[in-house]
Amino acid sequence: MLFYSFFKTQVGQQVTVELKNDLAIQGTLESVDQFLNFKLKDIRVVDEARYPHMLSVKNCFIRGSVVRYVQLSPPTVDTALLQDAARREAQSTQQMQQGKPAAAAA
Amino acid sequence: MSFVPQFFTTAESLVDSLDKKLLVVLRDGRKIIGILRSYDQFANLVLQDSLERIYVGDAYGDIERGVFIIRGENVVLLGEIDGDTEDALPLRQLPIEDILQMQREEAEEKARKDKLRFQLLHKQGFSVDFTDTDLY
Repeated sequence: MLFYSFFKTQVGQQVTVELKNDLAIQGTLESVDQFLNFKLKDIRVVDEARYPHMLSVKNCFIRGSVVRYVQLSPPTVDTALLQDAARREAQSTQQMQQGKPAAAAA
Repeated sequence: MSFVPQFFTTAESLVDSLDKKLLVVLRDGRKIIGILRSYDQFANLVLQDSLERIYVGDAYGDIERGVFIIRGENVVLLGEIDGDTEDALPLRQLPIEDILQMQREEAEEKARKDKLRFQLLHKQGFSVDFTDTDLY
């Protein structure tokens, strides 16, 4: 659930989502769900001329399974916090496997 | 059943697209335009009054497809069609026979180019995979 929580913090930011068919879409992140499906607002397709069918689309829903990359703007990402969260998640998984109650999230 | 909303959030994100005209892009590259009538958490979709739209260059053609049920795994993207920009597109509609003919020619041209490219790569010692791979 870490990446889901992370992407939730990015709602409202400008992102570029690159799909596995090389289509890259830039837009404002509107919402994300647990499959990492994305909804983007006010989209602009990178290299529009190659994708005429996207010209009349303003808002779109992208299925998580077809996403290759998500490009974010660096100032919006706190990598130290992410690293910390990854450690905490690993720790609590380990404790659960050992049958101890998970430590309360700090 | 308090867990339902939490684990079924695709529902929330598509609910406002219901009964709207949508463009659905499928994994095989097809573009379907229709009115979204139903869906579920896998993005399985039911479209009514659907059209398959084929684009070649700056031209397009439509084939009527009626009610279309799409298995979710084949969905790449759903786009809401903006009526204003749709009417002012720099594209021209052609009869479907013409578009299909153009599509065939485009595919033949691509096959010819690919063959040439593969031959050149093969000569230089690269291994070439001839099977049409699914990008996804």
